[in-house]
Formats: sequence, C-alpha cells, structure tokens
Amino acid sequence: MKITREEVEHVARLSRLALEPTEIDVLTGQMDQLLGYVEKLNELDTEGIVATAHAVPMENAFRADEVKPSLGLERALQNAPQSEESCFVVPKVIE
Amino acid sequence: MSFSQMSIRQLQQALRDGKTSSVELTRACLARIAATDERINAFVTVCAETALAAAAEADSKLAAGEAGPLTGIPIAVKDIFNTAGVRTSCGSRILENYTAPYDATAFARLQEQGAILLGKLNMDEFAMGSSNENSANGPVRNPWDLERVPGGSSGGSAAALAAGQAFATLGTDTGGSIRQPASFCGVVGLKPTYGRVSRYGVIAYASSLDQVGPLTHCVEDAALMLGVVAGYDPADSTSVDCPVPDYLAGLDAGVKGMKIGLPREYFIEGLDPAIKQAVEAAIEVYRGLGAEIVEVSLPHTDYAVACYYLIATAEASSNLARYDGVRYGVRQQGEGGLSGMYEKTRAAGFGDEVKRRIMLGTYALSSGYYDAYYLKAQKVRTLIREDFLKAFEQVDLLLTPVAPTAAFKLGEKTDDPLQMYLSDIFTIPVNLAGTCALSLPCGMDGQLPIGLQLIGQPFDEMRILQAAKAYEAETDWHQQRAPLD
Repeated sequence: MKITREEVEHVARLSRLALEPTEIDVLTGQMDQLLGYVEKLNELDTEGIVATAHAVPMENAFRADEVKPSLGLERALQNAPQSEESCFVVPKVIE
Repeated sequence: MSFSQMSIRQLQQALRDGKTSSVELTRACLARIAATDERINAFVTVCAETALAAAAEADSKLAAGEAGPLTGIPIAVKDIFNTAGVRTSCGSRILENYTAPYDATAFARLQEQGAILLGKLNMDEFAMGSSNENSANGPVRNPWDLERVPGGSSGGSAAALAAGQAFATLGTDTGGSIRQPASFCGVVGLKPTYGRVSRYGVIAYASSLDQVGPLTHCVEDAALMLGVVAGYDPADSTSVDCPVPDYLAGLDAGVKGMKIGLPREYFIEGLDPAIKQAVEAAIEVYRGLGAEIVEVSLPHTDYAVACYYLIATAEASSNLARYDGVRYGVRQQGEGGLSGMYEKTRAAGFGDEVKRRIMLGTYALSSGYYDAYYLKAQKVRTLIREDFLKAFEQVDLLLTPVAPTAAFKLGEKTDDPLQMYLSDIFTIPVNLAGTCALSLPCGMDGQLPIGLQLIGQPFDEMRILQAAKAYEAETDWHQQRAPLD
C-alpha cells in the first residue's frame, strides 16, 4: 500500500474537505493506484537536473506602484454569501 | 453555400455585402441551439437578449463601415472565462450562483473586435476531465454520436461548433482540453504557446500549464481568432511580451521543404488501427506536398502522464484553496466555526474528480512527500521539455495523433481514473513543454472524427497553422458535418 486510510483522512483535513467515510474508502483505493502509477518517475535518474516551474523562463514582473481604478466595493462584494457594510461576514473564529 | 459552411472571413464579406446581417446570423445560431441543445447540452447559459441587442449594434457598425475582424460574428466561450454580468460557473456547484464582476482579457478582446456572445459553454468541473462527464451541469454529448463523449474539458466548446450552434468558440487547454475535444468532434482546436494568450479572468486550474485558445471550423478561422486574442496583457504577468505576427497573411506559405518530425514514441501499440491509418495517410499528403518527413525521438514521452498528474494536481490544490465560501460561491453552514464552514462548503461544492485531484495534489505537496513527488515531477518535466527542444533542432514541427482512439462511450471510463488520464497521453507532453499545438480533422473511424496533431516550436504558431492550412486545402475532412437533425 502506498497510502493508508489514516493518511487519506489526514490529507482530507489538510485539504479542508469534510469527506464521508465512503468517500474516504474510495479515495484510498484510487489514490493508492495513482501513487503506484506515478512511481514510474523513479525509473529516471534526475540527479543534477534543474526543476522546471514554468516552461517559459520568467523573472519577477515588476511594475510601477501606481494607484489605478480597481474592482470597487460593490462589485467585490456582489458574490459574497454574506456581507455587511464593506466586509465579508464569516462564522465566529474565536469564542 | 450555407452559412454553416462559411469561414469567418466569408461571413464578414457576406455581412459587408448586405447578403446577411448579424441579427440574422445570431437568430440562426439561437434557433439551432434551441433545436439541438436539449440533446447536446453544450450551453449552460444562453444570452439570447444581449446577443440580439449586440447583433443589432453590430449591424449599425457594419452599415457605417466601422467593422472589425469579428464584427457581428456569433461566438461562445467556455464557462471558465469571466464574462461581466453573466453567470460563470466553471462546471461546478460551488460557483453555480457566481456572476462575473469583470471580463477575462481574451473574451474582452473578442468583444472589442465585434464578436457577439451567444452564451457560456459546458465543461468538466474546473477543467478537470477528458470526457466532459465531470460537469455539475450534466455531460455534454458528442453531436456525431449522442452515446459518446465530446472529449474534455472543453467539451461544450467543441460540441457547440460540431452542432452548428456557433461560428467559433474559446476553450482552455491544460493537458489537452482544447485539442482532444476538437479531435473527438471533428473541428480545429489550437493550444497556443504558454504565455501567448492572457489568462487574466480565466478561472485557474494548473497555472504553469493552462492556456487559452480557439476552436473553429477551419484553420483560417483559428488563425483569425488567435490574432485577436494573442498578445501581452499587463494584467497577466505570465503573458509574454513578444510581437504577434499577422497569422492570416502568412497562412498560405505551404509546406514545401518543411521538415516534419514523427516522434516514434507516439506510434505505439494501443494506438487504434483506424487512427494509425488516418495519421499515416496524412503523412503521405504532406510528403506529396513536398515536406520532408523525418523520424525523431521524444524519449521521455512515457513519463508525461505521471509527471502531469503530480504537477497539475499540486497546482490545483493550491489554486482551488480560494473556494472557501467567504468571498463568492455557495456557502454551507457547518459545525466547528470557520474551518467547519470551509470543510462543509468544499465537500458539498466540489465533485468527485475535483476532490480527487485536490487530495492527490495536497498529498504531493505535503511535508515529507514534496521532494519525492512534486520536485521529482518538476525535474522530469525538464527532461520532457528538453526532448522537444532537441527534436526541434532537427525538424520544424512534429506530427502525431491527438488521442489513441476516437470518442469513447459515455460512462466507459468514469470508474477508472487512470484509464481516463491515459487518454491524454499524446496531448499532455505539449503542455509540460509549454509549446503550441493544434488538432485538425484528418479522417473518420466509422461515424467518428479523427484528429491530427501538429506540434510547433514555442511561439511558432504560424508554422503549424501554415502546415494545417496546406493539409486542409488538399482534403475535405473539415467540411464534414455531424449528422444531427
């Protein structure tokens, strides 16, 4: 086994997904199969190979720090499940 | 000639000559959608009223002689593009009530050139899928055979064209999501080089791989559409500031003396005999046109799918962290305060494939596994990219199949994620290498279209468009239309 049920439960917590026990069962089998498949990368010696993060070589894209028009409050809040005045409302964080 | 057989330039001419009007073309598309989409399910939102109003405006512009290259042409875009004031749900329950507050740059550029938005197209949820069966809006059906998938993730973008519902569409391609559905539906699909088209306002899946591109009925239309959407955008720091050539002007250069490479790793067992035969026939067409055919090797091809499913899922797990029920989307109340709300919202809002990829990606990035999975995959990605760059020292472009089979049946691969992933084996390496490729119709497997893939050097879309145009001029596969009536 590449991955255990407990590890899958842990990854679900890291992913902020409240999964049903049956979903955990199915995912354990599927992730095990997929992790087994990606093992094939270990056939390749990558010692000294530089990792590619982007296919096009890129440097940080700097721009002048200028004030420009932005989305604006009304449009920024238009899709919020819950908002009040100029804020997004979330459940209580600290009791 | 009926409008459905005309290129965008021919339609433009007909509009300018007063042989038709934008309102007439738009009405025809809307009627076609009404008549066929109950069966196809390509559209998730139809903007009939705003489309007709925009068409009337386009007609006044045409009358005043102020037409741009797309003025009055009805198009549609994948539901991954933000379109101001229009629902943008990305195939997901979690965004089912999301109205875009602004326009994606690629779509804005089409609109600036006069295109009419008919609506938004169905897709695999968050562009994750190869069959368009992972949509909260239900699967799209292939217009050539309603029992079969249209491909994915831009399944709606390909099927809408094949069903004659729009004259051009936009899709996105992270591992084949433009080219594979184009191939399954018998249309042209172009994935430009990474950085060629702005992704500002395109809902992100795997940011080092995602790219925007057109799906069209013919190569000329693809060249026209690319010319409109390509180019640097200050709002997307990954778009590359290099000049956009006049793709239409150079289109008829032909392939005489062009060196075309056949990567031997793409002509393997498991390739359906009908596909092999169609691709081999296409090679003979090129030989006959004066191209030089050379065998080349891309030795790391067999590792591309494994490499992709680590990199893409890792990036997806990070990109999709933003769907937390706070700023947009459908919120679910849960026990346990803020994090309980996050967990319930995400569990209820995402479908199975999206959850699977978030989980795999989170695992690949998690403490203790990062080097073994994610970093390893990024190193293998370097090897895959170098394979392409080496091949391009010998040849001008590469010719391959798009997919190992024609369109498969609905439900055929839904229970086996790995088999589904392997259907992208010929398209994924191009995204990892970050270069450009297109799919064009090159034959039929019974009633099902077959696609030919031409892969170009980075930022050399011109050459693959020229080669595709030369092939199209010799054959009539692109004129075939799905028997849907």
